[in-house]
Amino acid sequence: MIRFAGDSGDGMQLTGDRFTSEAAAFGNDLATQPNFPAEIRAPQGTLPGVSSFQLHFADYDILTPGDRPDVLVAMNPAALKANIKDLPKGGILIVNTDEFNKRNLVKVGYATNPLEDDSLADFQVHEVAMATITIGALEETGLGKKDAERAKNMFALGLLSWMYHRPTEGTERFLREKFSKKPDIAEANVLAFRAGYYYGETTESFAVTYEVAPAKLNTGTYRQITGNTALAYGLVAAGQQSGLPIVLGTYPITPASDILHELSKHKNFGITTLQAEDEIAGIGAALGASYGGALGVTSTSGPGIALKSETIGLAVMTELPLLIIDVQRGGPSTGLPTKTEQSDLLQAMFGRNGESPVPIVSPRSPSDCFDAAMDAVRIALTYRTPVLLLSDGAIANGSEPWLIPDVDDLPDLSVEFATEPNATDGSGEFWPYVRDPETLARPWAIPGTPGLQHRIGGLEKADNTGNISYEPDNHDRMVRLRQAKVDGIEVPDAIVDDPTGDAKVLVVGWGSSYGPIGAAARRVRKLGLPVAHVHLRHLNPFPKNLGDVLSRYDKVIAPEMNLGQLALLLRAKYLVDVMSYTKVQGLPFKAEELQDVLADVIKGVGA
Amino acid sequence: MTTIDLGLPELGGLAGVPTTDEPQKAKDYKSDQEVRWCPGCGDYIVLNAVQSFLPSLGLKRENIVFVSGIGCSSRFPYYMNTYGMHSIHGRAPAIATGLAVSRPDLSVWVVTGDGDALSIGGNHLIHTLRRNVNLKILLFNNRIYGLTKGQYSPTSETGKITKSTPAGSLDHPFNPVSLALGAEASFVGRALDSDKKGLTEVLRQAAEHRGSALVEIYQNCPIFNDGAFDVLKDADDAKRRIINLEHGKPITFGVDGEYGVVRSGFAGLEVAKISEVGMESVVVHDATLEDPSYAFALSRLSAQDLSHTVTGVFRNVKRTTYDDAARDQVEKAKAAKPADLAALLRGKDTWTVLSD
Repeated sequence: MIRFAGDSGDGMQLTGDRFTSEAAAFGNDLATQPNFPAEIRAPQGTLPGVSSFQLHFADYDILTPGDRPDVLVAMNPAALKANIKDLPKGGILIVNTDEFNKRNLVKVGYATNPLEDDSLADFQVHEVAMATITIGALEETGLGKKDAERAKNMFALGLLSWMYHRPTEGTERFLREKFSKKPDIAEANVLAFRAGYYYGETTESFAVTYEVAPAKLNTGTYRQITGNTALAYGLVAAGQQSGLPIVLGTYPITPASDILHELSKHKNFGITTLQAEDEIAGIGAALGASYGGALGVTSTSGPGIALKSETIGLAVMTELPLLIIDVQRGGPSTGLPTKTEQSDLLQAMFGRNGESPVPIVSPRSPSDCFDAAMDAVRIALTYRTPVLLLSDGAIANGSEPWLIPDVDDLPDLSVEFATEPNATDGSGEFWPYVRDPETLARPWAIPGTPGLQHRIGGLEKADNTGNISYEPDNHDRMVRLRQAKVDGIEVPDAIVDDPTGDAKVLVVGWGSSYGPIGAAARRVRKLGLPVAHVHLRHLNPFPKNLGDVLSRYDKVIAPEMNLGQLALLLRAKYLVDVMSYTKVQGLPFKAEELQDVLADVIKGVGA
Repeated sequence: MTTIDLGLPELGGLAGVPTTDEPQKAKDYKSDQEVRWCPGCGDYIVLNAVQSFLPSLGLKRENIVFVSGIGCSSRFPYYMNTYGMHSIHGRAPAIATGLAVSRPDLSVWVVTGDGDALSIGGNHLIHTLRRNVNLKILLFNNRIYGLTKGQYSPTSETGKITKSTPAGSLDHPFNPVSLALGAEASFVGRALDSDKKGLTEVLRQAAEHRGSALVEIYQNCPIFNDGAFDVLKDADDAKRRIINLEHGKPITFGVDGEYGVVRSGFAGLEVAKISEVGMESVVVHDATLEDPSYAFALSRLSAQDLSHTVTGVFRNVKRTTYDDAARDQVEKAKAAKPADLAALLRGKDTWTVLSD
């Protein structure tokens, strides 16, 4: 496990990304976790400006980006200070000594140079003057010193590539493509990359090199994918499988903007992307498109959901399909824009006026975003309802190998628009609120259909006819019908992972905590402590078997990156004494800490 | 950033919307819902004018959609036997934008009021106008909040005594036409609810215009702001106050046409007596001028106290519409690259795991 850390201008995300591609190409399983500041360029050399990228790769299947790195690459004192606490004793520390001058040390509060005192004695420290060597290596290119120095991240990548025997052709090709308009810069980066590689090969200080064999994964063709890309692809696929044009109405917001960027590249699939004037207009345009028979989608993060709430309510009332994507980040308010959290569950569940039920779907890993997106679209189209998809920052920017699905195996999402009058009184009229007896969905009658002219809106509707109605019994009935429709949505049963079948403790999670919870469960099982794990894709409605599952165990624990939102829902619905383990630091759980938590609980009930 | 000439063909406002040879009548556009505005409300007259006017377009009724926000006027769609959505406060232009972008075969109309369009929905209005989405926006301006029972609105005159401003409102009002022109709206017009002929003419030109058309309609609220426009309805008074624009004609008004609009200062306009300045000084109206400054100067002749009010079509220029351009991008992308889902999912870098 490797962590690259440097200044946010040092190109750490690019470096990490390339190493990831190298690992993927080699057939390792991997998981990544970028961590970067909200400021585009925070003050140079300071702690807030530290940007890091952690990569976990191995020859077995991996569930998390890892807790503690085996190797830390620190490009400056700030990066060292911000990350050294995570490096275990004996870990490898590679330091760019060029940045360890007095000014930079003082800036982050080092009284003495940690490279010169004993503070790093527990680690295998490799001091490398990366900038100096890079500049030296690029001397003959005629590139200015400043430009040459900027290639030091590629030097670091080269060094690590050598240490782990990574294939290098892909990176060299990537650099030449990336800088195809500036061939001299491309060659400089390639040279710096090679310089790093050769430096490792020729320097005696790196006595040991590592070789990680390809992982044993299920057979098939894989690619590396981030959550936001997988989500965008899921939408493209849903458009193809439903035969509907997609209209994404959205407003840029971290960490959801990449969904807009990705979808805007795929107009050839009949996708229209509309960057609106604000969050409200984004969802408004999406709903307008849905009204016209397209698949309306909007993407945002928590603050955007707050603004979109009234329109989500309108979609509940007008019973039109609509997909609302919330890539959660730290809150409340602007909160921690670039950090992850899963604290919008109750907002998704209840954050609207009136009784306003909305189905909630949540992916558990980057690649799972593809399936989650298609499933959310299925629910929206089948039940004519807005659906909230709760991703989060860790999933959105994290990546993992994805077993590419066969297009022929993707579900059919086709829908039928209403074409005929349907009044149940024989009048030959069209009534927009006559429901399908199975799904309770109302007909989707789009403008342009002759004879079905009708009016819908946010005012309460009379059952069946859809005319405005303030009648007390009708309102009561309609509130209950809308709730019953969402409650009746078909979702697959929850699957419990309990290899020995004798666990007395159940750990229940949702969203991006799948990795750390799963890894922690494996670890405690290895210690002889049985534990069952259930991970929820559907948070509203819950799977039908969930109540039974929860009641089977002596103890249920729900780790969440919030203050216990799922626990609250489970306790309320099932009257089960769910124990909450919570952490809201803007970072994913570590398998190590969850391992300790689970072990304590299991020992407590007497395994 | 390079700009791209989209080279789109020039289209009429209703191009792409299916027509019918079946003769239509006003009553075909009346829905079965009982109209529930207060007796004497100006909205009745506008509803009647729109229902009388639409048959002349010869469109299939099912291809017409009215989208509204919240407010008295926003009940409008319920009374039209077309498709319609009564949405939420201020957001109708956003919802209509999504509909217009995805459905070139629809004639989309937005019905809104001074509170809906200029207060809570001000942002959507200006952005819709700058994008030039092919929507017809009817802004019913009664200079008061009616549905919430009588608070001042963003077009109420300064000092207005209302339920929420017992000591007089402090706000300086918007001139909706000036606002729309500031957002470079490609079509801006104004009419009076009581002037069916004038209103119909502005509606006709708006319908034919491809792009956003903002039509401000002065509308009387008999309950909370009765008589707000009475000075424009008295026969003689109206002639002295209303400056009606006709494209290609000198801008004159008055009981005997004794007043005219002439140039004033730096790009401004003012009212003058023709007998003093001579007919040759009177501006000949040209709604197609590219530079919005002229139409803006015209809009500034309207005063808060209605001492003068300009009606008719201020501006009517051709500009690529957002929805045409958006569809064009999609069509060009489709033509350039087949929609190969399997290839997209595979991407460039893959590896295959074989069974042992």
